[in-house]
Amino acid sequence: MSAPTRMTLAQARDALAAKKISARELTEAHLTAVEAARPLNAYTVETPEKALAMADASDARLAKGEAGPLEGIPLAIKDLFCTEGVESTAGSHILKDFKPAYESTVTANLWRDGAVMLGKVNMDEFAMGSSNMTSTYGGVVNPWRRNGSDEKLVPGGSSGGSAAAVAARCALGATGTDTGGSIRQPASFSGVVGLKPTYGRCSRWGIIAFASSLDQAGPMARSVRDCAILLRSMAGFDAKDSTSVDVAVPDFEQALTGDVRGLKVGIPKEYRVDGMPAEIDSLWQQGIDWLKAAGAEPVEISLPHTKYALPTYYIVAPAEASSNLARYDGVRYGLRVEGETLDEMYEATRGAGFGDEVKRRILIGTYVLSAGYYDAYYNKARQVRTLIARDFKAAYETVDVILTPTAPSAAFAMGANMDDPVAMYLNDVFTVPASLAGLPGISVPAGLSMDGLPLGLQLIGRAFDEETLVRTAGVLEEAAAFTAEPAFIAGD
Amino acid sequence: MALIEGETGKWEMVIGLEVHAQVISNAKLFSGASTAFGATPNSQVSLIDAAMPGMLPVLNRECVAQAVRTGLGLKAKINLTSVFERKNYFYPDLPQGYQISQYQQPIVGEGVLTIDLPDGSTKDIGIERLHLEQDAGKSMHDQDPRRTFVDLNRSGVALMEIVSKPDIGSAEEAGAYIHKLRSILRYLGTCDGNMDEGSLRCDVNLSMRRPGEPLGTRTETKNVNSIRYVQQAIEYEARRQVEVLEAGGVIEQETRLFDARKGESRSMRSKEEAHDYRYFPDPDLLPLVLEQEFVDGLAAELPELPDEKKRRFMEDYGLSIYDAGVLVAEQANAAFYESVLAGGKRDPKLAANWVTVNYFGALNASGTDLDDAPVDAAKLGGLLDLIADGTVSSRLAKEVFEAMWESGKDAATIVEEKGLKQITDEGAIEAIVDKVIADNPGQVEQYSSGANPKVIGWFVGQVMKASQGKANPGTVNQILKRKLGG
Amino acid sequence: MSVNLDTVRHIAKLARVRVEPAQAEALVGELNNILGWVEQLGELDTKDVPPMTSVVERGQPLREDRVTDGGDPEPVLRNAPDSAHGFFVVPKVVE
Ligand SMILES: [Mg+2]
Ligand SMILES: [Zn+2]
Repeated sequence: MSAPTRMTLAQARDALAAKKISARELTEAHLTAVEAARPLNAYTVETPEKALAMADASDARLAKGEAGPLEGIPLAIKDLFCTEGVESTAGSHILKDFKPAYESTVTANLWRDGAVMLGKVNMDEFAMGSSNMTSTYGGVVNPWRRNGSDEKLVPGGSSGGSAAAVAARCALGATGTDTGGSIRQPASFSGVVGLKPTYGRCSRWGIIAFASSLDQAGPMARSVRDCAILLRSMAGFDAKDSTSVDVAVPDFEQALTGDVRGLKVGIPKEYRVDGMPAEIDSLWQQGIDWLKAAGAEPVEISLPHTKYALPTYYIVAPAEASSNLARYDGVRYGLRVEGETLDEMYEATRGAGFGDEVKRRILIGTYVLSAGYYDAYYNKARQVRTLIARDFKAAYETVDVILTPTAPSAAFAMGANMDDPVAMYLNDVFTVPASLAGLPGISVPAGLSMDGLPLGLQLIGRAFDEETLVRTAGVLEEAAAFTAEPAFIAGD
Repeated sequence: MALIEGETGKWEMVIGLEVHAQVISNAKLFSGASTAFGATPNSQVSLIDAAMPGMLPVLNRECVAQAVRTGLGLKAKINLTSVFERKNYFYPDLPQGYQISQYQQPIVGEGVLTIDLPDGSTKDIGIERLHLEQDAGKSMHDQDPRRTFVDLNRSGVALMEIVSKPDIGSAEEAGAYIHKLRSILRYLGTCDGNMDEGSLRCDVNLSMRRPGEPLGTRTETKNVNSIRYVQQAIEYEARRQVEVLEAGGVIEQETRLFDARKGESRSMRSKEEAHDYRYFPDPDLLPLVLEQEFVDGLAAELPELPDEKKRRFMEDYGLSIYDAGVLVAEQANAAFYESVLAGGKRDPKLAANWVTVNYFGALNASGTDLDDAPVDAAKLGGLLDLIADGTVSSRLAKEVFEAMWESGKDAATIVEEKGLKQITDEGAIEAIVDKVIADNPGQVEQYSSGANPKVIGWFVGQVMKASQGKANPGTVNQILKRKLGG
Repeated sequence: MSVNLDTVRHIAKLARVRVEPAQAEALVGELNNILGWVEQLGELDTKDVPPMTSVVERGQPLREDRVTDGGDPEPVLRNAPDSAHGFFVVPKVVE
């Protein structure tokens, strides 16, 4: 057996079931790795005592033959999930020290199935960002380095802490959330698998809201199978979330048949954007060839409104966020900066509590909803969103799944792209359209850039057809045989 | 239409009312916390009401049903699709930083409310819309010189905002509107109408114009919480606007706050601070889509409402518009009246008179509720039967009723115990008449000479007195006239 | 449409976010940059296109009218920066 932290989640599960390792041993190995990985700044809170208590409880259940599907599996939890009694701050100063009296539905589902919490992981403030640089805790360091360079790179965002923790082997898996690409883009940058489920598949209850009509939780792990296992536990109808959809949760792992013969794979021509690096383009072609070799049939499709997805997103998401973040006012929880008057208190609290990117988006959102601008911006964007969703609907009349690159580049240096918000937003150009349409997407590490950095390919599925997504991703994963490892592995 | 006489001529009031009616429900509109009144601070607050991070609203079915019932009661259009939107503004008793309300697509559209005016006439006031929304918490500004205290118990309680068209033309009509609305809400069981506890709150929109001219600029006076205050606020604001307009000024569109102690209002915020609420559909909530069967089911269970009941009382029981109006104002009163009637073959008009005058009079005087009153419908009915069959005279019946109220005994028992049974036996009455005539020759002379024919009334009085009020007055009259040769 | 310093101050006020003067200046450029970029949506004819609020294509679920929550002020007030006598406390509001 390899080092406990080097196993995949599925391997660890099987080792636990076979009593080759105890949950406590597995957790202790991971806690050691978490400590060793501190230079990455991936974890914002470590919860070793909680982890060991949970692991012991898992061992007791394993001994009694009452193990859940995730029994004894140590996980990292994105700081956007409210976890009872444990700081839950969305990477924001304004939620400094906030310890909720409740547990999010998704994390509660994970604990119900036996998982072990290692701690909370870093993220862009309120999930707004593609680099993890906007966190109040500072940026996360990507465990990968360019060949022959020691320059620190970003892990992507906003689930950058999750991606880095999984890549550096200091968690078997992690929860992420994806609003416009926040699971898939960091998965691509960090060489891990990230799955954004269909909107409505996982409950949003207890997840700190960024943009309610887009936010969706999903798993990040080192294999497609691991993501499938995690998703089964995370997903499920929740009466506490009015947008949760009451559909059966299949055993996604069963979907990993390896058989994509006859599957029609859409290749959207509009994703060949200007200035796309040649290595991304050739990786995409490689992906097409792999699936074709496995018996699938590539079909060129058109998603004509693709280029309008990003601007649409950058109206809709900030509009919702400007309202969702109004509750951070210094009255009931979190940071408060005193002022002489009520309005001074509000302004001082929110001025000091929010970082620049969050403020920028609150202001944009406030502007596009304000009197006189609503129709020109917000309503227009909602109409275009309809057109984008229709594009996908039409495409799925002829294809079963869509293949695209995940991101237009590999990981970039910490601090790059910071002075031009629009340039930063372009990171999400391939992930945002599926988010707007509420469709499931997965990023699979498929190759290395010329600099030796991981690059992901994205698959986009029909609504609630994560099974086809998982099945196709499994084939892609097998063909890519991605075995490269990051420069930094905790405990090495 | 009441016209105001200004210095420079007549002015007409144009009034629209926005009433916030608290929905009767166990739990709040979007959370499972209780709606009960008067609990200790922040004890009826769910984490949703406190807008904790990640908390989400889920709509209460009964609140939706209550809004639909109210819409049906207002003969309004029920919108099968409606949308909850967020009204964004900052205030400490608004934890989310927005109120979930309905804006572009309310659950109830146009309807009508018929008001009853004191002269017996009616007037139709248009209903613009009814929408569901969350109540805010409570801010207390007077407890401390430097601080405001916030209690979120009310936060998230369901309200129906009922908006009238600007069809109201006077303070009197405004009063009648609220009376009628309150009555309908109570009939429907959708709002208890308790203005003291804030279950019914009123905003007054008012503008003035010269008769026949287009609408003027209106002001909104907020949170006027009794019918009397609404009328005061209207009178005050109408006079204020006329003064401004006649002095050549213009009315600012503004929000005003009514000060009940002074009977005046003052401007709450100036135009430059005007709110920009940035309404947009709440992305945490999907459109509210109702099945027609759901609406039809509620319609089928709707009670008879005051207007229909009043019409029926007038037609079936021959009651005056006034009596019928008094009886139907409260559903319980109308039900009481009908149960008095139902106990036997009783004269509806006599019963109406007894219920509205004597019975309600006694309730009022003793400060008792219908439910706790010592005399119930059956007992009152028993008294009416004794009047009808001549056992007691109307005059003595009042005495009997008082005794019933005091003792809780039924009418027959009181009559028996007090010996108040009417004397109808002609022989007995004749004996008394003979004695009175024999004892008063002077008065007999006045009568028979034709000098004073009215003295007959005096004789009746003497006979009644001599019989301790028990003689049947009709029989007394007859016998007297015969004996005196009238 | 483009924003100027007054607009930035106005929306910052609406959003109750303190923005220092230098920051406000910078925001004028940043917001115009973003707004200029999103205005490309104007190229599309969206007449008769219904605006989307949610991708979930069904009506709103309803819950039963039962008291299932609340009843304890402690978790409500636990994280409050300032509270007294069971109330949240804020600087005095003058209406
Ligand atoms: Mg109003
Ligand atoms: Zn209202």
